[in-house]
Amino acid sequence: MPAIGAALDNGKTQEPYWKRVFSGFEKSKEWMAKTKPDVAVVVYNDHASAFSVDIIPTFALGCAAEFPPADEGWGPRPVPVLKGDPGLAAHIAQSVILDEFDLTVVNKMEVDHGLTVPMNLLFGTPKQWPCRVIPLAVNVVMYPPPTGHRCYMLGKAIRKAVESYREDLKVVIFGTGGLSHQISGPRAGLINSKWDKSFLDNLSKDPKKLTRIPHIDYMREAGAEGIEMVMWLIMRGALDDKVDEVYRFYTVPASNTAVGHIILENRRKAAGRSKRIPAARTKQAAARKAAHRIASKG
Amino acid sequence: MPRAQHDYDDIPGTFVFDAERSREGYGINMFCMSLMKEENRKAFKANEAEYLKKFKLTPEQSDAILKRDYNRMLELGGNIYFTAKLGATDGHSFQHLAALMTGSSQQDYAAMMLSGGRSVEGNRSKSGKDKSAKSKSKSKSKSKSSAKRK
Repeated sequence: MPAIGAALDNGKTQEPYWKRVFSGFEKSKEWMAKTKPDVAVVVYNDHASAFSVDIIPTFALGCAAEFPPADEGWGPRPVPVLKGDPGLAAHIAQSVILDEFDLTVVNKMEVDHGLTVPMNLLFGTPKQWPCRVIPLAVNVVMYPPPTGHRCYMLGKAIRKAVESYREDLKVVIFGTGGLSHQISGPRAGLINSKWDKSFLDNLSKDPKKLTRIPHIDYMREAGAEGIEMVMWLIMRGALDDKVDEVYRFYTVPASNTAVGHIILENRRKAAGRSKRIPAARTKQAAARKAAHRIASKG
Repeated sequence: MPRAQHDYDDIPGTFVFDAERSREGYGINMFCMSLMKEENRKAFKANEAEYLKKFKLTPEQSDAILKRDYNRMLELGGNIYFTAKLGATDGHSFQHLAALMTGSSQQDYAAMMLSGGRSVEGNRSKSGKDKSAKSKSKSKSKSKSSAKRK
């Protein structure tokens, strides 16, 4: 969310209010430093930066060689330009489209806080990002976003694409976006921690159950903007059915929302099994962050 | 033509930005988008009504923008990620806008967030028909227009 970005950019991470939020990501940064991915696929939502209301693609995959941070009205965030992986991105696009996911290929795009804030939370504030990034922008601004089930199945298709790629790469996938929150209208400020906890529990144990949640339930129970939780299911679909929950963090509030974070890893395959897939290619996933939004720098 | 009816119209205090609102509110949202450029912010501030003429807006939409009636903007097809840019142009924090939309002072709103946010209890449904999936809650009367505080 912009407020987290602003806290980072203005050196407020040690203030008590923000320290509570940022300290929750220390373990995650350690995990990421140990994991050393070659590529991160980051599922996120664009906030009227790369796409306006002129064109609203449901799934848009960034296939460019680089992605500059967008000017969201206060000048671009002071973060390094993100390097893409055009080869892998093109392969994913081709593979998932033939698997009947009609995604939009984007060869030029700027990325906003929806992508750069999660990057900071997991990689800190380096001079250069330590891995390449493939952005996957999902429409969760205009109703209806894709269903949770569709997202989950797209995750599976992305996994298949990554595993069939010519290079052996270590890939992590971030699902980002809010847990429960509403930032619009008279009901703004809604938080449903019970819902969030159950969502995180099932993300580990029973993601199929989550794929059956209808949009009306997200909006009613988790807030109008809470519907963006469907993006977490793309990440979950890309993992094995059985995963280990490595880490979890949840706090309320960060500005107008809750913040949650979970790291899941595929269970290690028993030695000798599955020789054709080198261990390094077995995807690990960072699920990511939560709740969101706005709160200007002003 | 009246809006089509949807299940989500039953959620209190919420204007869902759907395809119909996206079409109706195109002018509002493109106007807000234009405020990402400094020269446009200046032109708008210099003469608001004149600047709005550059966009396809109904009189109701222009009126809501000029009055900074954020809920009305949402109702007429504005989207919060876009209208927030108008708030930023006025120099307001997002929390200021949120407080405004909920009809509370910024201080009260901030205090509500610090104590865990607005509860979903009593804020699920206008009609009271729809309980939480596994809800046990007794049918207490729901607030009609504005959402209840925790």
